[in-house]
Amino acid sequence: MSPKVKFEGLPREMIALRVSREIKDGNYVNLGIGIPTLVSNWIEGKDVVLQAEIGMLKTGALADGDDVDQDLINASCQAVTALPGSSYFDIAESFAMIRGGHIDVAVMGALQINGRGDYAGWSNPARGLFVGNVGGSMDLCAGAKKLFIAMEHVTKDGEYKIVKELSYPSTADGKVSMLFTDLAVIEITPKGMVLKEVLAGLTAKDIQSVTEPKLIISPDLQEMQL
Amino acid sequence: MDKVLPSLEEAIADIKDGAMIAIPGFFACGVPRALLQAIIKKGTKNLTLACGCGPLLGAADELRALTLNGQIKKVIDSYGLFRSASKGMQDPFEQAVRNGKIELEVYPMGTMAEKYRAGGAGIPAFYTPTGVGSVMEESVVTSIDANRTPKETKIINGQKYVLEYALKPDYAFIHAHTGDREGNLRYAKTARNFNHVMATAARITIAEVENLVGVGELDGDDVHTPGVYVQRVVAVPRPKFAITID
Repeated sequence: MSPKVKFEGLPREMIALRVSREIKDGNYVNLGIGIPTLVSNWIEGKDVVLQAEIGMLKTGALADGDDVDQDLINASCQAVTALPGSSYFDIAESFAMIRGGHIDVAVMGALQINGRGDYAGWSNPARGLFVGNVGGSMDLCAGAKKLFIAMEHVTKDGEYKIVKELSYPSTADGKVSMLFTDLAVIEITPKGMVLKEVLAGLTAKDIQSVTEPKLIISPDLQEMQL
Repeated sequence: MDKVLPSLEEAIADIKDGAMIAIPGFFACGVPRALLQAIIKKGTKNLTLACGCGPLLGAADELRALTLNGQIKKVIDSYGLFRSASKGMQDPFEQAVRNGKIELEVYPMGTMAEKYRAGGAGIPAFYTPTGVGSVMEESVVTSIDANRTPKETKIINGQKYVLEYALKPDYAFIHAHTGDREGNLRYAKTARNFNHVMATAARITIAEVENLVGVGELDGDDVHTPGVYVQRVVAVPRPKFAITID
Protein backbone atom coordinates (compact mmCIF):
# COMPACT_ATOMS: atom_id res chain seq x y z
CA MET A 1 0.00 0.00 0.00
CA SER A 2 1.15 3.51 -0.75
CA PRO A 3 0.76 6.70 1.21
CA LYS A 4 -0.56 9.67 -0.79
CA VAL A 5 2.35 12.01 -0.27
CA LYS A 6 6.12 11.84 -0.42
CA PHE A 7 8.48 14.13 1.48
CA GLU A 8 12.02 15.18 0.64
CA GLY A 9 14.12 13.52 3.32
CA LEU A 10 17.69 13.57 4.57
CA PRO A 11 20.43 12.10 2.38
CA ARG A 12 21.76 8.70 3.50
CA GLU A 13 24.91 10.23 5.02
CA MET A 14 22.79 12.38 7.33
CA ILE A 15 20.69 9.41 8.50
CA ALA A 16 24.03 7.80 9.37
CA LEU A 17 25.05 10.95 11.26
CA ARG A 18 21.87 10.83 13.33
CA VAL A 19 22.47 7.15 14.15
CA SER A 20 26.05 7.93 15.20
CA ARG A 21 24.75 10.26 17.96
CA GLU A 22 23.26 7.22 19.72
CA ILE A 23 26.61 5.40 19.71
CA LYS A 24 28.40 6.05 22.97
CA ASP A 25 32.01 5.97 24.09
CA GLY A 26 32.95 2.44 25.09
CA ASN A 27 30.54 0.74 22.65
CA TYR A 28 31.49 -2.26 20.53
CA VAL A 29 29.48 -1.82 17.33
CA ASN A 30 28.67 -3.90 14.24
CA LEU A 31 27.50 -2.04 11.12
CA GLY A 32 25.50 -3.77 8.38
CA ILE A 33 25.61 -3.13 4.63
CA GLY A 34 24.18 0.13 3.18
CA ILE A 35 23.33 3.20 5.30
CA PRO A 36 24.74 1.49 8.45
CA THR A 37 28.22 1.29 6.86
CA LEU A 38 28.15 5.11 6.48
CA VAL A 39 27.89 5.48 10.26
CA SER A 40 31.64 4.70 10.37
CA ASN A 41 32.25 8.13 8.75
CA TRP A 42 30.80 9.89 11.81
CA ILE A 43 32.44 8.19 14.79
CA GLU A 44 35.88 9.78 14.57
CA GLY A 45 36.94 11.01 17.98
CA LYS A 46 34.61 8.60 19.76
CA ASP A 47 36.04 5.77 21.81
CA VAL A 48 34.18 3.13 19.77
CA VAL A 49 35.39 -0.22 18.39
CA LEU A 50 33.87 -1.57 15.17
CA GLN A 51 33.47 -5.34 14.84
CA ALA A 52 33.43 -6.95 11.38
CA GLU A 53 31.88 -10.43 11.43
CA ILE A 54 34.56 -11.71 9.05
CA GLY A 55 36.74 -11.83 12.17
CA MET A 56 38.15 -8.44 13.11
CA LEU A 57 37.84 -5.95 15.95
CA LYS A 58 38.81 -2.30 15.52
CA THR A 59 38.26 -2.04 11.78
CA GLY A 60 39.84 1.11 10.32
CA ALA A 61 38.94 3.32 7.37
CA LEU A 62 38.51 2.05 3.80
CA ALA A 63 41.84 1.36 2.11
CA ASP A 64 42.94 2.66 -1.27
CA GLY A 65 46.08 2.68 -3.40
CA ASP A 66 49.07 1.02 -1.75
CA ASP A 67 47.10 0.43 1.45
CA VAL A 68 44.89 -2.19 -0.22
CA ASP A 69 45.64 -5.66 1.18
CA GLN A 70 43.75 -8.60 -0.33
CA ASP A 71 43.85 -10.33 3.06
CA LEU A 72 42.11 -7.45 4.85
CA ILE A 73 38.47 -6.73 4.03
CA ASN A 74 35.29 -5.84 5.92
CA ALA A 75 31.99 -7.72 5.87
CA SER A 76 30.88 -5.77 2.77
CA CYS A 77 33.89 -7.05 0.76
CA GLN A 78 35.67 -3.68 0.83
CA ALA A 79 39.41 -3.34 1.47
CA VAL A 80 39.94 -1.74 4.88
CA THR A 81 42.84 -0.70 7.08
CA ALA A 82 43.82 -1.83 10.55
CA LEU A 83 44.32 0.45 13.57
CA PRO A 84 46.64 0.21 16.56
CA GLY A 85 44.99 -2.44 18.73
CA SER A 86 43.14 -4.22 15.90
CA SER A 87 42.72 -7.96 16.30
CA TYR A 88 41.81 -10.89 14.04
CA PHE A 89 40.07 -14.15 14.94
CA ASP A 90 38.28 -17.02 13.29
CA ILE A 91 34.62 -17.01 12.30
CA ALA A 92 33.34 -19.25 15.12
CA GLU A 93 34.97 -16.87 17.61
CA SER A 94 33.45 -13.92 15.76
CA PHE A 95 29.92 -15.28 16.03
CA ALA A 96 30.44 -16.51 19.58
CA MET A 97 31.17 -12.85 20.40
CA ILE A 98 28.02 -11.77 18.52
CA ARG A 99 25.58 -14.36 19.88
CA GLY A 100 27.19 -14.26 23.32
CA GLY A 101 26.01 -10.72 24.01
CA HIS A 102 29.37 -8.94 23.75
CA ILE A 103 28.37 -6.47 21.01
CA ASP A 104 26.63 -3.36 22.36
CA VAL A 105 24.99 -2.05 19.20
CA ALA A 106 24.19 -3.52 15.79
CA VAL A 107 22.95 -1.17 13.05
CA MET A 108 21.13 -2.82 10.14
CA GLY A 109 19.20 -1.78 7.06
CA ALA A 110 15.65 -3.03 6.48
CA LEU A 111 13.09 -3.61 3.75
CA GLN A 112 10.17 -3.45 6.19
CA ILE A 113 9.54 -2.96 9.90
CA ASN A 114 6.35 -3.17 11.96
CA GLY A 115 5.20 -1.52 15.18
CA ARG A 116 6.33 -4.46 17.33
CA GLY A 117 9.95 -4.16 16.20
CA ASP A 118 9.83 -7.14 13.85
CA TYR A 119 11.81 -6.41 10.72
CA ALA A 120 12.53 -7.92 7.32
CA GLY A 121 15.83 -7.36 5.57
CA TRP A 122 17.29 -10.60 4.26
CA SER A 123 15.09 -11.77 1.43
CA ASN A 124 13.09 -9.85 -1.14
CA PRO A 125 10.32 -12.10 -2.52
CA ALA A 126 10.44 -10.06 -5.75
CA ARG A 127 13.58 -12.04 -6.55
CA GLY A 128 11.34 -15.08 -6.98
CA LEU A 129 13.38 -17.44 -4.81
CA PHE A 130 12.44 -18.89 -1.44
CA VAL A 131 16.08 -18.62 -0.37
CA GLY A 132 18.05 -15.40 0.09
CA ASN A 133 21.29 -13.93 1.45
CA VAL A 134 20.87 -14.00 5.21
CA GLY A 135 24.56 -13.48 6.06
CA GLY A 136 25.10 -12.66 9.72
CA SER A 137 21.97 -10.54 10.19
CA MET A 138 19.98 -13.05 12.25
CA ASP A 139 22.93 -13.76 14.55
CA LEU A 140 23.37 -10.03 15.18
CA CYS A 141 19.66 -9.72 15.99
CA ALA A 142 19.90 -12.65 18.40
CA GLY A 143 22.95 -11.37 20.24
CA ALA A 144 23.46 -7.60 20.06
CA LYS A 145 22.40 -5.72 23.19
CA LYS A 146 20.70 -3.02 21.09
CA LEU A 147 19.47 -3.27 17.50
CA PHE A 148 19.03 -0.07 15.47
CA ILE A 149 17.50 0.11 12.00
CA ALA A 150 18.62 2.83 9.56
CA MET A 151 16.63 3.13 6.35
CA GLU A 152 14.61 5.40 4.08
CA HIS A 153 11.10 6.00 5.44
CA VAL A 154 9.31 4.78 2.27
CA THR A 155 10.39 2.78 -0.79
CA LYS A 156 11.67 4.38 -4.00
CA ASP A 157 8.13 3.92 -5.36
CA GLY A 158 6.72 5.70 -2.32
CA GLU A 159 5.29 2.58 -0.67
CA TYR A 160 5.18 2.03 3.08
CA LYS A 161 8.25 0.40 4.62
CA ILE A 162 6.90 0.94 8.13
CA VAL A 163 3.93 -1.41 7.97
CA LYS A 164 1.24 -2.97 10.15
CA GLU A 165 2.26 -6.50 9.13
CA LEU A 166 5.42 -7.64 7.31
CA SER A 167 4.83 -9.05 3.85
CA TYR A 168 8.51 -9.99 3.47
CA PRO A 169 10.12 -12.82 5.47
CA SER A 170 11.22 -11.56 8.87
CA THR A 171 14.86 -11.39 9.98
CA ALA A 172 13.97 -11.25 13.68
CA ASP A 173 10.87 -10.51 15.72
CA GLY A 174 10.64 -7.84 18.38
CA LYS A 175 14.35 -7.03 18.54
CA VAL A 176 14.55 -3.47 17.13
CA SER A 177 14.79 -0.71 19.73
CA MET A 178 15.29 2.39 17.56
CA LEU A 179 14.44 3.28 13.99
CA PHE A 180 16.21 6.10 12.13
CA THR A 181 14.85 7.26 8.78
CA ASP A 182 15.34 10.23 6.47
CA LEU A 183 12.25 11.82 8.07
CA ALA A 184 12.09 10.76 11.71
CA VAL A 185 13.47 8.98 14.75
CA ILE A 186 11.11 6.40 16.24
CA GLU A 187 11.52 4.36 19.41
CA ILE A 188 9.95 0.92 19.55
CA THR A 189 8.35 0.30 22.94
CA PRO A 190 6.06 -2.41 24.33
CA LYS A 191 3.14 -0.02 23.67
CA GLY A 192 4.11 0.57 20.02
CA MET A 193 6.08 3.04 17.94
CA VAL A 194 6.84 6.32 19.68
CA LEU A 195 7.68 9.26 17.41
CA LYS A 196 10.58 11.06 19.11
CA GLU A 197 11.96 13.39 16.41
CA VAL A 198 10.77 14.76 13.08
CA LEU A 199 12.76 16.35 10.29
CA ALA A 200 12.74 20.17 10.41
CA GLY A 201 9.76 21.53 8.45
CA LEU A 202 7.61 18.42 8.93
CA THR A 203 4.91 17.66 11.50
CA ALA A 204 3.92 14.52 13.38
CA LYS A 205 0.88 14.36 11.08
CA ASP A 206 3.18 14.36 8.05
CA ILE A 207 5.15 11.41 9.46
CA GLN A 208 1.95 9.53 10.27
CA SER A 209 0.82 10.00 6.66
CA VAL A 210 3.82 7.95 5.42
CA THR A 211 3.70 5.42 8.29
CA GLU A 212 1.11 2.63 8.23
CA PRO A 213 0.90 1.70 11.95
CA LYS A 214 -0.49 4.30 14.36
CA LEU A 215 2.31 6.33 15.94
CA ILE A 216 2.35 7.38 19.58
CA ILE A 217 3.52 10.99 19.68
CA SER A 218 6.17 11.55 22.33
CA PRO A 219 5.22 14.31 24.79
CA ASP A 220 8.67 15.82 24.21
CA LEU A 221 8.63 15.53 20.41
CA GLN A 222 11.65 17.33 18.93
CA GLU A 223 13.10 18.43 15.64
CA MET A 224 15.64 15.88 14.41
CA GLN A 225 18.97 16.45 16.18
CA LEU A 226 21.86 16.38 13.70
CA MET B 1 55.30 -36.45 9.88
CA ASP B 2 55.78 -34.83 6.47
CA LYS B 3 52.42 -33.98 4.84
CA VAL B 4 53.68 -32.09 1.80
CA LEU B 5 52.60 -33.29 -1.64
CA PRO B 6 54.35 -32.06 -4.80
CA SER B 7 51.21 -31.05 -6.71
CA LEU B 8 47.57 -30.05 -6.31
CA GLU B 9 46.61 -32.95 -8.61
CA GLU B 10 48.09 -35.49 -6.20
CA ALA B 11 46.54 -33.73 -3.22
CA ILE B 12 43.00 -34.14 -4.62
CA ALA B 13 43.51 -37.41 -6.53
CA ASP B 14 41.21 -39.48 -4.26
CA ILE B 15 38.22 -37.08 -4.35
CA LYS B 16 35.34 -38.95 -5.94
CA ASP B 17 32.09 -37.87 -7.54
CA GLY B 18 29.50 -36.97 -4.89
CA ALA B 19 31.99 -35.70 -2.29
CA MET B 20 31.18 -32.87 0.08
CA ILE B 21 33.96 -30.28 0.16
CA ALA B 22 34.17 -27.36 2.58
CA ILE B 23 35.12 -24.11 0.82
CA PRO B 24 36.27 -21.32 3.16
CA GLY B 25 36.55 -17.66 2.31
CA PHE B 26 34.49 -14.59 3.04
CA PHE B 27 33.55 -13.30 -0.40
CA ALA B 28 36.93 -12.75 -2.12
CA CYS B 29 39.12 -13.11 0.99
CA GLY B 30 40.78 -16.38 2.04
CA VAL B 31 39.35 -18.55 -0.77
CA PRO B 32 41.35 -21.67 -1.80
CA ARG B 33 41.42 -20.70 -5.47
CA ALA B 34 44.24 -23.04 -6.53
CA LEU B 35 42.42 -26.09 -5.12
CA LEU B 36 39.16 -24.96 -6.75
CA GLN B 37 40.99 -24.66 -10.08
CA ALA B 38 42.43 -28.15 -9.58
CA ILE B 39 38.99 -29.69 -8.96
CA ILE B 40 37.67 -27.92 -12.07
CA LYS B 41 40.51 -29.49 -14.07
CA LYS B 42 39.85 -32.90 -12.53
CA GLY B 43 36.16 -32.62 -13.46
CA THR B 44 34.75 -34.32 -10.33
CA LYS B 45 30.94 -34.26 -10.46
CA ASN B 46 27.95 -34.11 -8.09
CA LEU B 47 29.87 -32.06 -5.56
CA THR B 48 28.30 -30.55 -2.50
CA LEU B 49 30.19 -27.33 -1.71
CA ALA B 50 29.79 -26.43 1.96
CA CYS B 51 30.58 -22.71 2.31
CA GLY B 52 30.03 -19.99 4.91
CA CYS B 53 29.88 -16.53 3.36
CA GLY B 54 29.93 -16.37 -0.42
CA PRO B 55 33.43 -17.64 -1.36
CA LEU B 56 32.02 -18.70 -4.72
CA LEU B 57 30.84 -15.13 -5.36
CA GLY B 58 34.37 -13.98 -4.54
CA ALA B 59 35.82 -16.62 -6.88
CA ALA B 60 33.30 -15.91 -9.66
CA ASP B 61 35.43 -17.35 -12.49
CA GLU B 62 35.78 -20.65 -10.65
CA LEU B 63 32.04 -20.72 -9.85
CA ARG B 64 31.20 -20.13 -13.50
CA ALA B 65 33.49 -22.98 -14.62
CA LEU B 66 32.15 -25.40 -11.99
CA THR B 67 28.60 -24.53 -13.01
CA LEU B 68 29.12 -24.76 -16.76
CA ASN B 69 30.96 -28.10 -16.28
CA GLY B 70 27.95 -29.40 -14.34
CA GLN B 71 30.14 -30.29 -11.34
CA ILE B 72 27.94 -28.89 -8.54
CA LYS B 73 24.98 -30.74 -7.06
CA LYS B 74 24.45 -28.52 -4.06
CA VAL B 75 25.78 -25.41 -2.29
CA ILE B 76 25.28 -24.73 1.43
CA ASP B 77 25.89 -21.09 2.40
CA SER B 78 24.60 -18.03 4.25
CA TYR B 79 25.23 -15.78 1.25
CA GLY B 80 25.07 -17.80 -1.96
CA LEU B 81 23.35 -15.43 -4.38
CA PHE B 82 24.83 -12.42 -6.14
CA ARG B 83 24.13 -9.16 -4.30
CA SER B 84 22.74 -7.67 -7.48
CA ALA B 85 19.44 -9.38 -8.38
CA SER B 86 19.73 -8.27 -12.01
CA LYS B 87 23.27 -9.66 -12.41
CA GLY B 88 22.20 -12.80 -10.62
CA MET B 89 19.43 -13.40 -13.16
CA GLN B 90 22.06 -13.51 -15.93
CA ASP B 91 24.49 -15.70 -14.02
CA PRO B 92 24.68 -19.42 -14.92
CA PHE B 93 24.90 -20.46 -11.25
CA GLU B 94 21.77 -18.59 -10.20
CA GLN B 95 19.99 -19.85 -13.32
CA ALA B 96 20.93 -23.41 -12.33
CA VAL B 97 19.56 -22.76 -8.82
CA ARG B 98 16.34 -21.36 -10.31
CA ASN B 99 15.78 -24.31 -12.63
CA GLY B 100 16.59 -26.86 -9.92
CA LYS B 101 19.84 -28.21 -11.38
CA ILE B 102 21.76 -26.98 -8.34
CA GLU B 103 20.26 -27.05 -4.84
CA LEU B 104 20.99 -24.13 -2.50
CA GLU B 105 20.55 -24.54 1.25
CA VAL B 106 20.75 -21.49 3.49
CA TYR B 107 21.67 -21.05 7.16
CA PRO B 108 22.58 -17.91 9.11
CA MET B 109 26.34 -17.28 9.01
CA GLY B 110 26.92 -17.85 12.72
CA THR B 111 25.01 -21.11 12.47
CA MET B 112 27.25 -22.18 9.56
CA ALA B 113 30.34 -21.34 11.65
CA GLU B 114 29.04 -23.31 14.62
CA LYS B 115 28.04 -26.30 12.43
CA TYR B 116 31.71 -26.68 11.44
CA ARG B 117 33.00 -25.95 14.94
CA ALA B 118 30.68 -28.59 16.39
CA GLY B 119 31.61 -31.02 13.61
CA GLY B 120 35.29 -30.71 14.48
CA ALA B 121 34.68 -30.78 18.23
CA GLY B 122 32.61 -33.95 18.50
CA ILE B 123 29.35 -32.15 19.30
CA PRO B 124 26.55 -33.63 17.14
CA ALA B 125 24.11 -30.70 17.42
CA PHE B 126 23.54 -27.48 19.31
CA TYR B 127 20.73 -25.11 20.31
CA THR B 128 21.04 -21.54 19.03
CA PRO B 129 18.91 -18.42 19.48
CA THR B 130 19.69 -17.37 15.91
CA GLY B 131 16.74 -17.56 13.52
CA VAL B 132 14.02 -17.96 16.15
CA GLY B 133 10.82 -16.37 14.84
CA SER B 134 12.01 -16.54 11.22
CA VAL B 135 11.78 -19.09 8.41
CA MET B 136 15.07 -20.48 9.78
CA GLU B 137 12.92 -22.44 12.24
CA GLU B 138 12.31 -24.58 9.17
CA SER B 139 14.79 -25.89 6.62
CA VAL B 140 15.54 -23.28 3.93
CA VAL B 141 16.50 -25.06 0.74
CA THR B 142 15.49 -24.66 -2.88
CA SER B 143 14.32 -28.22 -3.41
CA ILE B 144 10.56 -28.17 -2.88
CA ASP B 145 10.42 -31.57 -1.17
CA ALA B 146 12.79 -30.57 1.59
CA ASN B 147 11.37 -27.11 2.06
CA ARG B 148 9.66 -26.12 5.24
CA THR B 149 10.66 -29.17 7.25
CA PRO B 150 10.39 -27.87 10.81
CA LYS B 151 13.55 -27.90 12.93
CA GLU B 152 13.31 -29.01 16.55
CA THR B 153 13.03 -26.18 19.05
CA LYS B 154 13.30 -26.03 22.82
CA ILE B 155 12.51 -23.50 25.53
CA ILE B 156 15.49 -23.11 27.86
CA ASN B 157 15.19 -20.68 30.79
CA GLY B 158 12.18 -19.11 29.10
CA GLN B 159 13.83 -18.48 25.75
CA LYS B 160 13.26 -20.41 22.53
CA TYR B 161 16.19 -22.03 20.70
CA VAL B 162 16.53 -23.91 17.39
CA LEU B 163 18.36 -27.24 17.14
CA GLU B 164 21.01 -27.21 14.41
CA TYR B 165 23.25 -30.14 13.45
CA ALA B 166 27.03 -30.39 13.10
CA LEU B 167 28.46 -30.51 9.58
CA LYS B 168 31.37 -32.84 8.79
CA PRO B 169 32.44 -32.52 5.14
CA ASP B 170 34.48 -35.26 3.45
CA TYR B 171 37.20 -32.76 2.54
CA ALA B 172 38.14 -29.17 3.34
CA PHE B 173 40.11 -27.00 0.93
CA ILE B 174 42.11 -24.53 3.03
CA HIS B 175 44.05 -21.40 2.04
CA ALA B 176 46.80 -20.39 4.49
CA HIS B 177 49.47 -17.70 4.41
CA THR B 178 52.10 -20.00 5.95
CA GLY B 179 52.25 -23.72 6.58
CA ASP B 180 55.00 -25.99 7.81
CA ARG B 181 55.67 -29.50 6.52
CA GLU B 182 53.71 -31.07 9.40
CA GLY B 183 50.56 -29.09 8.60
CA ASN B 184 50.69 -26.32 11.20
CA LEU B 185 48.98 -23.31 9.59
CA ARG B 186 48.95 -19.57 10.05
CA TYR B 187 46.50 -17.28 8.23
CA ALA B 188 46.80 -13.62 7.27
CA LYS B 189 44.43 -11.09 8.84
CA THR B 190 40.78 -11.52 7.80
CA ALA B 191 41.69 -14.34 5.39
CA ARG B 192 41.40 -16.63 8.41
CA ASN B 193 37.57 -16.44 8.47
CA PHE B 194 36.15 -19.96 7.85
CA ASN B 195 39.52 -21.64 7.19
CA HIS B 196 40.24 -22.81 10.73
CA VAL B 197 36.81 -24.24 11.62
CA MET B 198 36.51 -26.01 8.29
CA ALA B 199 39.97 -27.57 8.75
CA THR B 200 38.79 -29.01 12.07
CA ALA B 201 35.48 -30.33 10.67
CA ALA B 202 36.54 -32.27 7.57
CA ARG B 203 37.62 -35.92 7.39
CA ILE B 204 40.51 -34.94 5.10
CA THR B 205 41.87 -31.40 5.14
CA ILE B 206 44.01 -30.24 2.24
CA ALA B 207 45.86 -26.93 2.70
CA GLU B 208 47.27 -24.75 -0.07
CA VAL B 209 49.91 -22.49 1.49
CA GLU B 210 51.53 -19.36 0.11
CA ASN B 211 54.68 -19.93 2.13
CA LEU B 212 55.84 -23.47 2.86
CA VAL B 213 58.37 -23.55 5.69
CA GLY B 214 60.36 -26.20 7.48
CA VAL B 215 59.35 -27.77 10.77
CA GLY B 216 60.21 -25.37 13.59
CA GLU B 217 60.16 -22.26 11.40
CA LEU B 218 56.56 -21.44 12.36
CA ASP B 219 56.66 -20.48 16.03
CA GLY B 220 54.26 -22.50 18.18
CA ASP B 221 52.65 -19.29 19.44
CA ASP B 222 51.83 -18.30 15.84
CA VAL B 223 50.03 -21.50 14.86
CA HIS B 224 46.31 -20.83 14.19
CA THR B 225 45.46 -24.39 13.06
CA PRO B 226 47.53 -27.16 14.68
CA GLY B 227 48.75 -29.84 12.29
CA VAL B 228 46.54 -32.55 13.80
CA TYR B 229 43.67 -31.17 11.71
CA VAL B 230 45.60 -31.11 8.42
CA GLN B 231 46.34 -34.19 6.29
CA ARG B 232 47.91 -32.72 3.15
CA VAL B 233 49.91 -29.56 2.33
CA VAL B 234 50.75 -28.10 -1.09
CA ALA B 235 52.73 -24.92 -1.82
CA VAL B 236 51.01 -22.44 -4.17
CA PRO B 237 51.89 -18.95 -5.43
CA ARG B 238 50.21 -15.98 -3.74
CA PRO B 239 46.94 -15.57 -5.69
CA LYS B 240 46.03 -12.38 -7.56
CA PHE B 241 42.38 -11.36 -7.58
CA ALA B 242 40.08 -8.35 -7.42
CA ILE B 243 38.44 -7.58 -4.06
CA THR B 244 34.91 -7.30 -5.37
CA ILE B 245 31.65 -9.17 -5.69
CA ASP B 246 28.60 -8.45 -7.87
